[in-house]
Amino acid sequence: MMLAVEDLQIHYATRDGVARAVDGASFVVPEGRIVGLVGESGCGKTTAVRAIMGVLAENGRRAGGKVVFKGTAIDERTTRPLLWREIAYVPQSAMSSLDPVYTVGAQIVEVLVKRGNASRAQAKARAAELFELVGLSDRRLADYPHQFSGGMRQRAAIAMALALEPSLLLADEPVTALDVIVQRQILDMLRALQQRLKLSMVMVTHDISVVAYLCDEVVVMYAGQVVESGPVREVLARPRHPYTMGLRNAFPDLLSDAMELVPIHGSPPDLRAELVGCRFAPRCPFVQPACTSGAITPEVAVNHLTACRRSAEADTLRAAALDPKTWHS
Amino acid sequence: MAERAEPLPARRTWRLSPGVKRLLAMPLRDPFAFAGIVIYLAFALVALSADRLAPVDPMEILFTKAGKVAANMPPSAEFLLGTTNLGRDIYAQLVHGTRSALAVGLSAAVIVATVGTVVGLVSGYFGGWIDALLMRIADMALSLPFLPFVIVLTGFLGAETENIVAAVALLLWPNSARVIRSQVLSLRERAYVEAARVTGANQWRILFVHIAPNILPLSFVYAAIAIGWAIITEASVNFLGFGDPTSVSWGMMLQDAFSSQALSRGQYAWFVPPGLCIILVVVAGFFISRGYEEVFMPRLRGR
Amino acid sequence: MSTLVPKERALLELRDVVKHFPVSRSLSEIVRGRHPVVRALDGITLDIGAGDAIAIVGESGCGKTTLGRLMLKLTEPSGGAIAFDGAALDGLAGESLRAFRRQAQLVFQNPFDALNPRFTIYRAVAEPLLNAGIAKSEHADRVASAFRRVHLPDLERYLDRYPHQLSGGQLQRVVLARALVLGPRFLVADEPVSMLDVSVRAGILALLREVRDAMGLTAVYISHDLALVRYLCERTVVMYLGTVVEDGPTAEIVRNPRHPYTRALVAAVPVPDADQSRSPLPISGNVPDAREPPSGCRFRDRCPHAFARCAEEVPALRTTASGHRVACHLDG
Repeated sequence: MMLAVEDLQIHYATRDGVARAVDGASFVVPEGRIVGLVGESGCGKTTAVRAIMGVLAENGRRAGGKVVFKGTAIDERTTRPLLWREIAYVPQSAMSSLDPVYTVGAQIVEVLVKRGNASRAQAKARAAELFELVGLSDRRLADYPHQFSGGMRQRAAIAMALALEPSLLLADEPVTALDVIVQRQILDMLRALQQRLKLSMVMVTHDISVVAYLCDEVVVMYAGQVVESGPVREVLARPRHPYTMGLRNAFPDLLSDAMELVPIHGSPPDLRAELVGCRFAPRCPFVQPACTSGAITPEVAVNHLTACRRSAEADTLRAAALDPKTWHS
Repeated sequence: MAERAEPLPARRTWRLSPGVKRLLAMPLRDPFAFAGIVIYLAFALVALSADRLAPVDPMEILFTKAGKVAANMPPSAEFLLGTTNLGRDIYAQLVHGTRSALAVGLSAAVIVATVGTVVGLVSGYFGGWIDALLMRIADMALSLPFLPFVIVLTGFLGAETENIVAAVALLLWPNSARVIRSQVLSLRERAYVEAARVTGANQWRILFVHIAPNILPLSFVYAAIAIGWAIITEASVNFLGFGDPTSVSWGMMLQDAFSSQALSRGQYAWFVPPGLCIILVVVAGFFISRGYEEVFMPRLRGR
Repeated sequence: MSTLVPKERALLELRDVVKHFPVSRSLSEIVRGRHPVVRALDGITLDIGAGDAIAIVGESGCGKTTLGRLMLKLTEPSGGAIAFDGAALDGLAGESLRAFRRQAQLVFQNPFDALNPRFTIYRAVAEPLLNAGIAKSEHADRVASAFRRVHLPDLERYLDRYPHQLSGGQLQRVVLARALVLGPRFLVADEPVSMLDVSVRAGILALLREVRDAMGLTAVYISHDLALVRYLCERTVVMYLGTVVEDGPTAEIVRNPRHPYTRALVAAVPVPDADQSRSPLPISGNVPDAREPPSGCRFRDRCPHAFARCAEEVPALRTTASGHRVACHLDG
């Protein structure tokens, strides 16, 4: 197992009380697999990834749970030496990770020299190699970030993340800001790199299509918790949690025959409030009185984990969920 | 992308806009700004009740009971801070000096804020030749050396307080105009400004209803800064002896004390209090402006 | 330029519309007296019939947002002509401009920025009425009916609130209410759901469709997402580097794209299905610099089928059967 996150709790201190951004999330990243962490804004997916790297915002803290990397539990302090060498990060906007006043090449060389103890000459050769790996000409090493297009910047950020040959790559919405064609090019490149370098990856995204295209496993988060996880094919073809079913309905599909997208009414709960029972219950068309009390224990069916009281009836619910009328409040 | 659904308050009530609320609440959160406001209020109170606090005419030459000029008296119950070398009551001068200091400071602040705001708005919103013209004028004003210019101008126009205020305003408006202009440039591109255009708002409405309220806190900041500058400048001009000899001000007190060599006589009560007052007012202005800067630029705001 | 002759007069007509933006000049360009420009739009001819809903699709920098702004007279074209209901937009001023503003409205991409943070929701939605000179006594009723149209229940709860107190989906409904309050005929929506969460998106899209049908609006949706516009528009216009490369029924464009660029675009759209066939992308490379687009066909340097003629001659937008237009030398 490359990475295991167990019962992770992340709290943010805000002016209006403590927000439980991640509240008991567990998932694993098997070696050599790409795991998609999917959910809407505020579901805790980015926070979870930042917690794995030990770089939470100032007002955030890990209030409980474990992060186990290659069999060793890590915390903020012990993660630090692992960054770049073992765990690397690709942000949504590469502009934020690239310094505008240095050339892109200089920044990659800097990482190699400072973090990887390479000599300048070695570092320069390696930087050219990395650029070739991500499909950029090594002449562009001498350019500044603003001279790059969005897609090229993202490639450069990936090259930089791969500089010290990490075994785990964490990518936070790496293609969200890109146009579809560029997005596809980057996804294809990530897949090729992952296979060639035997990487394990966590891909944070709100886009189910991206998960479907790239990932092997998917973890669906809602309101700070994991509601469903399992192999991508299994989860997308046969979702067992009503939220995943709703998300699937609400997502545009170029090739489907449906002429209507079905919204999920309502909005996610305020994470500063005391929440009891299933957090999706107020929006769920299949809610039962029992859903609103007590914690939900995830049920596992062949690697496919679902946090729903009615997961035994998943097949019936799924059929009902396909009917738009089910979702009208 | 933040999706929020807060519990909704029940009924419609009269409410301040969030910006104004922040403006009013700021001093409560920032102890420095709070101190600044307390200092201003205190000085304003002194200025308003100066005649009652110090009934003696600050320019009157006083005599002792023995009939001699009461010159260089040490502080006593009768003369709280003693008297000057010409027998004038220092305490009365200090108290009455508050008036001129505040008058100078506030009028300069009002002029600087008004001119700077209007120029910044017009320049930033309309752009083109009018922007070029106004900004070149601003550049010229900014290139003038501060104190020498004020001295020369008061030399030509006379040393009245109004002229000092005018000179200070002339030198200080470009700073606020430039910052406000750049703010307007970015506000102009905001979607809600475009929305106002699409819905048929004319440009004056866009400028004064949609853009101007957003830069008012910035005007406040520059007004507060101008208060300090104007008071320092007036004091400097007076101290250097270019001021109006008939007016009572802290700068004039310092000048008198200096030229009559109060220091060598150890008359600290003559020049320390006006010096302290100048420092207090100026620092208070900067405290307040700092507080409003944080209100205006949320990035500076701590969580 | 010959195009299809509309049977009825179109509500919006664009003829050979050109928009250039000046770019900062290098020293050598100043010395040589050159004025380089970005050709954001280069000869757009388009008719939008009354009651039509068309999508304008393309990647960032293709000029779609500029085109939308031109349609609303938020910016002026560098060449060509735009007419709304038979009247040239560049001739509008004073009262005729105000009349146009009452009829043509915009829905914004970012609802968090589209409302003045200092205005209450009521004031924001009533603002168009104020600008149009409608009597204050009518405002409350008209705002209320606009709110009903966008399905914001419990009107009373929203009127006195400020934008930051609402969620993205609610805000976008308010933005739409503001656009509808004057009873417009023409609506431009620039990426109306791209800032919203997936579960909220569908509701806004359904609302846009419903409002359009109910009010008989003519609508233009600007989007980068071909998968989304499929749910909204019968007709789609595909743009590349300031030109229209294909224009036709959306279903046709999705199922049977004819321009090589449209084909690449369709192939690149990811689908939420793990069993999809992963066919390789038919094109490579990046969108070229808009200051120096390729000669002839602007797509030729990325096109897998380019031949000599593509570099020499700009392909005309030719109409094929069923009003489908394609700008490619290989087509027709």
